[in-house]
Amino acid sequence: MTATTAQPTANAFSAGILPRGATWAVLGGSWLVMGAVFGIFAASGLTTGFNIVGAVFLGTVLFDVLLYLFSRRVEGPRRAKDRLITSLVTTAFIIALLPLISLAWIVMSDGIARFDPTFFTQSMRNITGGGGGALHAIIGTLLVTLLAALISVPIGLLTSIYLVEYGRGMLARGITFFVDVMTGIPSIVAGLFAYALFALFAGPAIRSGFMGSVALSVLMIPVVVRSSEEILRLVPNELREASYALGVPKWLTILKIVLPTSLAGLTTGVTLAIARVIGETAPLLIVCGFTTSMNYDVVEDRMMTLPVFVFTQYTQAAGADAQAAVERAWAGALTLIIIVMLLNLIARLIARAFAPKSGR
Amino acid sequence: MTTGTAEVLRTRTRVRLGDRVFSISTVVAGTIILAVLAAVAIFLILQSLPAVFAQPGTLPSDAVNFWAYVWPFVFGTLWAAFLALIMATPLAIGIALFISHYAPRRVSQVLGYIIDLLAAIPSVVFGLWGITTLAPFVQPFYSWLTEVAGWFPLFAGPVSGTGRTILTAAIVLAVMVIPIMTAICREVFLQTPRLHEEAALALGATRWEMVTMAVFPFARSGIISAIMLGLGRALGETLAVAMVLSPAVIVKFAVLQAQSPNTIAANIALQFPEATGLSVNALIASGLVLFVVTLLINVLARYIVSRRKTFSGAN
Repeated sequence: MTATTAQPTANAFSAGILPRGATWAVLGGSWLVMGAVFGIFAASGLTTGFNIVGAVFLGTVLFDVLLYLFSRRVEGPRRAKDRLITSLVTTAFIIALLPLISLAWIVMSDGIARFDPTFFTQSMRNITGGGGGALHAIIGTLLVTLLAALISVPIGLLTSIYLVEYGRGMLARGITFFVDVMTGIPSIVAGLFAYALFALFAGPAIRSGFMGSVALSVLMIPVVVRSSEEILRLVPNELREASYALGVPKWLTILKIVLPTSLAGLTTGVTLAIARVIGETAPLLIVCGFTTSMNYDVVEDRMMTLPVFVFTQYTQAAGADAQAAVERAWAGALTLIIIVMLLNLIARLIARAFAPKSGR
Repeated sequence: MTTGTAEVLRTRTRVRLGDRVFSISTVVAGTIILAVLAAVAIFLILQSLPAVFAQPGTLPSDAVNFWAYVWPFVFGTLWAAFLALIMATPLAIGIALFISHYAPRRVSQVLGYIIDLLAAIPSVVFGLWGITTLAPFVQPFYSWLTEVAGWFPLFAGPVSGTGRTILTAAIVLAVMVIPIMTAICREVFLQTPRLHEEAALALGATRWEMVTMAVFPFARSGIISAIMLGLGRALGETLAVAMVLSPAVIVKFAVLQAQSPNTIAANIALQFPEATGLSVNALIASGLVLFVVTLLINVLARYIVSRRKTFSGAN
C-alpha cells in the first residue's frame, strides 16, 4: 500500500466487487420503490386498490436494470452480464410464481363464499336461483375416476412388468415408444375416441359415465406405465437373483419379491396418475354430458362431474341468478383443487413414509 | 436329484404353467395399449369419413369442403400455440437454469415441487382464472399497446374491451406448458458432466459463461424436445382456451382484437354438446387432424430425446 494508491480499500480482495448483501439490498429497495409508487397510485384513486402483482413485477424489473448498472460500474462488463443473467433467471422463476399465487388467492377468496354444507349435500335438481350444490358432480367425478383407475391400473401395471421383467426386442421397444407417444394425446381426442367407439354401437346420442372412464383411461394408462416402469427398475437385481437361487419361479418372484419391494413407489405413481386425470374436463364434457340430478349408474344416462360442473356453472351463468352460479363455479373449483392437492400430498407422504430403507 | 423323476417333472410343469399365464397376461396388457392407440386412430377415421367427403353446403359454417371448414381452426391452434411457446420457452429455460444451477442446493428441490404444482391445477380452473382475473388485468396493457404500437400489424386495433383475446389465451397456455418444459430442461441441465462445468469455472469463466459454454451445448437437443413436448401440450389444450377466447371463424394475425381465431380443441368442446348429424362428424374429423399433428410432433420430440437418454414428461 503506497501513498499513491488511488483507492483506499480496506481489503484488496474485495476491491472491484459489489459488497455482500448488495443484491438483496437492491432487490428490497426496488420492491419498496415500486410498492410506494403503486401505493401513491392507489391513494390518489388512479387505480382501484393496491396492485401487488404489478408492484412486485415492476419492482423486479427495476432490480434487474439497477443491479446491471451498479455491477457494470464496479465490476466490469463480464461480471455485470453474469449478474444480469442471474437476476433474469431469478425473475423468470418469480414470474412463474405470480400466476400460481394469483390463482390460489382468487380460488380461495371467491370459492369460500359457497364452500358450505349445502354445497356438499345437495344436487342442482330443480334449482334455478341461489342455493344448490355439487353433490351429484362430486359423486360423478369419484365414480368416473374410480372406474378409470380400475381399468388403467391393471393394464398399466402389467405392461410395466412386461417392459421391466420380460420385454425384449421389437414389441417392448414398440410399447415403450407408443406409451411415450400416448402421453401426448390431447385430452379432447381421448374423449372423441370414446364417443366414436360407443356411438358405433349405441347411436350418436349416447352419453354415460363409463364412456368418460374409457376416455380417462386412455390418458391415464401411459402415466401409470411410465411411473411404474421407473419404480420397478429401481428394485435391485440381487433380490431377484436371490429368489431365483432359492428355486422360486419367475412369476412368484415378481409377485412376492419385486412388487412388495416397490409397493410404495407404485402407490405413489398411481395416486399421481389419478390426481392428473381427476381434473380433466374436455373429454368428460363430450362423453358424460351434463345433468342437474344425481346419477349413481355409470352405464346409464348422463353423469355430471366436478370439472364439467365448474365449466357449465360459469358459462351458463346469466340473468339475475348469474352471481349465484358463478359462486358455485368457484366453490367447485376450490373443491377440485383441494382434491387434487390432497392426492398429491398423499402421494408424497406415501413415497416418504415407505421409502426403501436399503442403504443404496 | 435322487428324488422321483415324476415329482421333478410335475414341479417343472406347474412352474411353467404359472410362468406362462403370468407372462402372457403381461404381453396382453402391453398389446392392449398398442391396440388402444390403433383403435383411437381407426375409430376417429371411421367417424370422420362422412365429413371429409361431404357435399358442398352440408358442412357447418357454410364451408365448401372439409378443408375449408377446418383451416381457420388449424390456423388458430397453431397461432395460439406459437404465441404461447414464444413466451414459455425463455421462461422455462430460465426457471430450469435457476433450479438446476442458480438456486441454493438445499431449496432447489422444493422450488421444483412448487413449479410442479402449476401442472397439478386442472385446466378448467386455469380457464376460470384466465377469464375472471387475467383478462381484466391485461386489458389496460392491451389498449395502451394498440395506442402506442397500433401501426404494427400484430397489435392493430380496435382493442378488445374485455381482454378475452388470443394473446390472453396464449398467456394461459404458456403458464400451463411451463411446468412440463421446465421439468425436462431441468433434468437435462442436471445431466451436464460436472467436469465440463468445473473446467469452465477453473478457467475463470463466470457462471453465465460456464452455462453457455458447458451446459447449453450439452442440453441443446433436450431443450428442443422440451419445446416440442410443450408445443404438443399447447396444441391439445382445450378448456382454458375455450373459456378465455371470444371465438370467431376467422383467420388473422392481430392478437388484441375482440374476434379471435378459435382452436380445434376449444371449438370441439364448445360445439360438441349441441352438435348433431354431419357436424358431429366434422368435429371428429377436426379432432383427427389435431391428433395427427400432435402425434407427429410427439414422435419427433421423442425421437430427439431417445437418441439421448431415457426420460419422459410422464413422470
